[in-house]
Amino acid sequence: MRISRRILAGLATASLAVTATSCGGGGTSGSFDDTVTVGILHSLSGTMAISESTLVDTEKMAIEEINAAGGVTVGGKSYKIEYIVEDGASDWPTFAEKSKKLIDQDGVPVVFGGWTSASRKAMLPVYESKDAFLYYPIQYEAQECSNNIFYTGATPNQQSEPATDFMYKRSPAAGGDFFLVGSDYVFPRTSNTITKAQVKQLGGKVVGEDYLPLGNTEVAPIISKIKKALPEGGIIINTLNGDQNVAFFKQIQDAGITPSSGYYVMNYSIAEEEISTIGPEFLEGHYGAWNYMMSIDTPASKKFAANFKKRWGADRVVADPQESAYNMVYLWKQAVEDAGTFDDNAVREALVGQKFDAPQGPVEVMPNHHLSQTVRIGEINAEGGFTILEETGVVLPQAWNQKHPSSKGFACDWTDPSKGEKYKL
Amino acid sequence: MELLLDSLFNGVAIGSVLLVAALGLAIVFGLMGVINLAHGELMMLGAYTTYVTQLIFKLPILKPFYNSYIIVSIFLAFIVSGVVGILLEKTIIRKLYGSPLETLLATWGVSLILQQFVRSVPLAYGTGLVISLLIGLFLPTTFPSKIKESINFKYFKFSSWIFAALTGVLTGSVISSSVSKLSRASARNVDVTAPSWMRGQVEIIGTAFPKTRLMIIVITLISVIAITLFLNQSAWGMRIRAVTQNRQMSDCLGISTEKVDIITFGIGSGLAGVAGVAVSLLGSVGPNVGGNYIVGCFMVVVLGGVGNLLGTVLASFGIGIMTDLIGAGRLLSIWPDMPLPLSNTINFFATTSMARVMIFALIVIFLQFKPTGLFPQKGRMVEN
Repeated sequence: MRISRRILAGLATASLAVTATSCGGGGTSGSFDDTVTVGILHSLSGTMAISESTLVDTEKMAIEEINAAGGVTVGGKSYKIEYIVEDGASDWPTFAEKSKKLIDQDGVPVVFGGWTSASRKAMLPVYESKDAFLYYPIQYEAQECSNNIFYTGATPNQQSEPATDFMYKRSPAAGGDFFLVGSDYVFPRTSNTITKAQVKQLGGKVVGEDYLPLGNTEVAPIISKIKKALPEGGIIINTLNGDQNVAFFKQIQDAGITPSSGYYVMNYSIAEEEISTIGPEFLEGHYGAWNYMMSIDTPASKKFAANFKKRWGADRVVADPQESAYNMVYLWKQAVEDAGTFDDNAVREALVGQKFDAPQGPVEVMPNHHLSQTVRIGEINAEGGFTILEETGVVLPQAWNQKHPSSKGFACDWTDPSKGEKYKL
Repeated sequence: MELLLDSLFNGVAIGSVLLVAALGLAIVFGLMGVINLAHGELMMLGAYTTYVTQLIFKLPILKPFYNSYIIVSIFLAFIVSGVVGILLEKTIIRKLYGSPLETLLATWGVSLILQQFVRSVPLAYGTGLVISLLIGLFLPTTFPSKIKESINFKYFKFSSWIFAALTGVLTGSVISSSVSKLSRASARNVDVTAPSWMRGQVEIIGTAFPKTRLMIIVITLISVIAITLFLNQSAWGMRIRAVTQNRQMSDCLGISTEKVDIITFGIGSGLAGVAGVAVSLLGSVGPNVGGNYIVGCFMVVVLGGVGNLLGTVLASFGIGIMTDLIGAGRLLSIWPDMPLPLSNTINFFATTSMARVMIFALIVIFLQFKPTGLFPQKGRMVEN
């Protein structure tokens, strides 16, 4: 009995190994000197699977592109990139567990992964204790700066701050009062604390805020509060998550809270994917702020969208999180080639200062492990895309927000040993 | 006056969503005592039925009737969820009467299966499967009694299941080839758009009310009235009440308790489907939509008093009105210059998250004093 169990276990491991290798990326083999295996860790099942699987698709596409162009050249040898995809299952401890597996068992030099802040917070101690490296592609609330994480999404000053500025100064509701709505978890609450500080600086007024517990779709009390606080229309800043947006927009439209009656909603979590789920008829005339929008009219952006459609189907769309995921694979490749090794510490040093012509325009890795990016404000149109209204120049990332009371006056710099994670400016 | 009306309407609107969701459970859990954790998923099936109906009504033949799809989907959702409920009763729950813990675990498992089912099976074939079940379960009951009593009835039954399976596959492939959106499995949430006559607002005595909310209130009212009439006026309603009061005695008096169980469970499940239509008007339709309501449903039934429909009605409107009073900070507008500590407390609870905390706390306190809910079952039960 015991022996047969062992054999079974052995068989199981063997079959796992086979599936793991069979997951390896495509591309032509033979012309490479060696292979390097990287880790991809996103939720493929559970509630986050819908969003995170788009990132897996994008990362696979970037790796295939790199392989087709000759792979990674390190120390004169060309390496083909292969990948192991692990499922975080929308469960935060699982992300930490799979990270350990990828680092210890598979020995990958880098992991591309995560979406929610909760999953990142769960993985962070793993990467710090093992001195491994995680690339995280989502716009988030910042207030974090790890030596072992590289953040390619926007920080609040690269998304919400220019957006608030636009709404208060140049939108049709300019000068109006603000109402803040969000899902009840860390990103909306931090983002709204920053927005409140900023609105105060601008001389405006926040007349109310409310948070919907995750999974709750009863927005009737919020609608009465908005109507009471903003009887003549005004600015609504929305950081609701996923499906709650559907309930929110359906019901505010029925309640007469629409652009035509003077209410303008600025959204931080609605990209092209979400617009098609919610339905453009509910969103037309409201706004969004992102670094990348599919409607950017440059060759790089068009090529990115066209390649994605070609690879995964004509009905697919690309959005900001996918662009960040795409950039991070290329930035890793560049850093590894510059460092001449896959060794974490050398790659980390080579990474800062890397420049890349991303679909959104040029980006550069800053000493605080975040990216300098361009911010765009768009109006949602009837076709389900954004009409870009404004484009900033390159905005430098603030890992520690300069408007949030708890982090004002602090910054992060990993290139200078005396500064590190959080130093006083 | 306007404020009062607005507040009352909001409370009733929130309450009616709770009520329509809990009504089926009030029957299944309240009358039969079955803890059905898959109730939320039966709601989800109702919501998906609405979505499928909407897409089918967009086909050229049915396009002229598009505006009425929502009415049709109420009946279809009742049938779909009812059939799945009956199957659930026949295969799983029947074996587990009297063992609540096992029922709880088994139905929880069923809820997971149903969630994954809509994620990984194309809705067109899902529809086909439901049609097969419908035919397979009900065709044999329409045979003349001569055949039913014959010794070869099992062959008739068997052949009707084959016929059912073929029809199911056929409808599945017809729908799949004519509506491309239904031909692929997708875990993505989908959207039900109310027909144009149901969007926007109506003005009643100077206050504007959203039409979808009014529609949900109407659906709820009709469901409550229909189920009350059924339980109190019809012969089967009387049998159901008899069996819930004393199963052995009813059995002795010649009531087929097996049939009563199936009918009761089927109606309870069907009502969950109707609730699914209602919630699909408010938010998006996805595999997890039912799970968001299940706790609320149990809360309403327990608060109202298990086995009492009137209690369920009052409990859901009570919770609805309280949610609006606390969550929207209404008391402050009624009494603007209340003392500062009091107004601070009210402001603290005037967010959706904190209002929920407050309401749960109030319910817990209430149940401390009246553990059997608002209207406890009167009379001597056999078990006591």
